[in-house]
Amino acid sequence: MIRLDQVSKAFRRNRVLDGVSLEIGLGERVALIGSNGAGKTTLIRCLLGEYTFDGGIEIDGRCPRRNRTAVLASVGFVPQLPPPLKMPVGQLIGFAAGLCGTDPRRISELAGRLGLDTAPIRDRPLVRLSGGMKQKLLIAIAMGRDAKLLIMDEPAANLDPEARKIFFELLAERVDSATMLISSHRLNEVSALVNRVVELDTGRVVLDDRVADDVSLTGMLACRISVKRAEAALAKALSSWNFTDLGGGLEWAGSVAGPDRLRFLGMTSRYVALISALNLTEADN
Amino acid sequence: MKQLWLTAKLDIVESLRARWFQIYTLVFGGIVAALFLFGLTESRVLGFIGLSRLLVTYIQLTMAILPIFVLITTVRSVAGDREAGVFEYLLSLPVSLAAWFWGKIAGRYLVIFTPVFLAMLAAVLIALVREIEVPWAMFGYYTALLAAMAACFLGFGMLISAVARTTDMAQGAAFLVWLTLLLFLDLILLGVMIQGQVAPEVAVGIALANPLQVFRTAALALFDPQLIVLGPSAFVILDNFGQRGYLAFALAYPTLLGAAAAALGYLIFRRGDLP
Repeated sequence: MIRLDQVSKAFRRNRVLDGVSLEIGLGERVALIGSNGAGKTTLIRCLLGEYTFDGGIEIDGRCPRRNRTAVLASVGFVPQLPPPLKMPVGQLIGFAAGLCGTDPRRISELAGRLGLDTAPIRDRPLVRLSGGMKQKLLIAIAMGRDAKLLIMDEPAANLDPEARKIFFELLAERVDSATMLISSHRLNEVSALVNRVVELDTGRVVLDDRVADDVSLTGMLACRISVKRAEAALAKALSSWNFTDLGGGLEWAGSVAGPDRLRFLGMTSRYVALISALNLTEADN
Repeated sequence: MKQLWLTAKLDIVESLRARWFQIYTLVFGGIVAALFLFGLTESRVLGFIGLSRLLVTYIQLTMAILPIFVLITTVRSVAGDREAGVFEYLLSLPVSLAAWFWGKIAGRYLVIFTPVFLAMLAAVLIALVREIEVPWAMFGYYTALLAAMAACFLGFGMLISAVARTTDMAQGAAFLVWLTLLLFLDLILLGVMIQGQVAPEVAVGIALANPLQVFRTAALALFDPQLIVLGPSAFVILDNFGQRGYLAFALAYPTLLGAAAAALGYLIFRRGDLP
C-alpha cells in the first residue's frame, strides 16, 4: 500500500527526514510516534504530496506528488490542528464532498454518529466551533468516503470519551479495507489502536515493531472504582467518562472503550492516592 | 473544471467573510458617495459638473488605492493561509494544483473587481435616475481598465505569495513592488531627465513599462486625447501608438503582465513545498 524508499527532506541545511524506508501493507494500523521535531509531520506532508523530497514514495504504486489527485482520492487526512477556515460548516462539507466525489449526507451522518449534529451549525464558520466539534467534523470528512489510507495526526486528542468510543468503532469498521497511519507524540495515546509502531527520531526510523493486536477496537471494559474519600476533582473527571456515582462519591461504576484503557488509567493515575480499589473487566460486546 | 470552480467558490466565501473585504468595499463605495456629495455641493455654484469628471476622479483615486490594496490583501491571505495550516488541510483533498491555484485567482479576481465595478455602476445608475448624461464609452473603457488593473496586481500578488514563505516577507515584498512602481511614475522620471542622467527615450520607455503609469496615462487619454498634461512625452506615445493604439495597449499590456506573473507564480508554486 505504502512504500517509502530512502526518503529525505531538508529545509535549507536542516535535514528533517534522513533516508526513511518503510513498507506498509493494506490493513496495517501504524502508530507514527516521536518527539517534537522528529519528522512526523514532514513525513505525513510528503505522503500527502505536499512537500518535495529526495527518494521515492509510492501509495498504491503511484507517486503522491506526480499523481496527487488520483492518490489523494483514496486518502483521508485528519490534521492535528484544524485549519482556521471562515467558511461555514455546510460549505466545507460540500467542498470536500465535491472534491472527493462522495455524498455530503454521508459525511453529515458520520458526524452525527460522533455526536455532532451538523444541521444547526451548517451556517456557522468552522473557526467558531469548539475544538471537539472541529475534530469530529474533520474525522467525518476523512472517513465519510471510501478512503484506502487514513492518515490521522492525534485524531482523538480533542474528543470526549463517548465520541472516542464511536471513533474506535468507525476505525474497526475499516480495519480490513484501509491502512491507518496514526501520528502521536506519545505511544500510550494510540497503542491500543495499532498493530505496528514506527518511531522517528531526528528524521530516522529508530523503532519499527509489531505490537500485540489483542485489543478489540469495539471492545468495552466494565470498571468499578472505590475511593477513600469523596473528592470533587476526581468526581468531575469520572463524570466526564460517564461514570455513575454509586454512593457519596466513594463508589463509582462505568465502562471504558477497550482502546481507551491506557488513557483512562492515565487519568486515574493522577488520583492514585485516593483510589483504594480499581477493577477493569473485559465485557462482552 | 469542477475542482477549479469549487476552489474559486471557496476563496469567494472566505473573502466575503474577511474584514479586509468589508473595508475594501466600504472604501470604494465611500469614494463614489463622497464624489457625488462633492459634485452636488459644487452644483450650487457651477451646476453638476457631470459624470465624466466624476469617473476620471474615481479612476485616478482607484489607481492610487487598488494596487496596494490588492497586493497586500492577496499576499496576506494566501501567505497567511499557508502559515495557519489551511493549505496543509485543503491541499490534502484531491484537488489538482492547477485547479487550486487558478481557482484561487479566479475567485479572488471576482472579489476584488466586483466592488470597484459596482461602485462605478452605482454612480452611473444614480446619474441615470437624476437624468444626468452618461458617457457610456468612457464607462465601458474605464471598466475594462479596472479589470486590467485588477488582473495585473492580482498576478503580482500571487507571484509574491508563491515566492515568499512567510506573511511578513510577502507583505514586505508587496509593499516594495508597489513603492518601486510608484517611484517610476512620471514626476520622478521627469526629475531624472532634468538632471540629464538618463536619455529621454529610456525614461519614457520605463514609464511605458510601468503599469501604474500606463493606467494613469490611459485614463487621462479619454479626458485629454492629446495628452497635453504629459508634455513632450505625449508625442512619443501618440507617435508610436496613436490614441486608439495606446488605449488598446493600456488594456492588453497590464493584463498580459499580470497573467505572466501569475503563470510564473504557478510554476514556482507547483515546484516547491505547498504548505
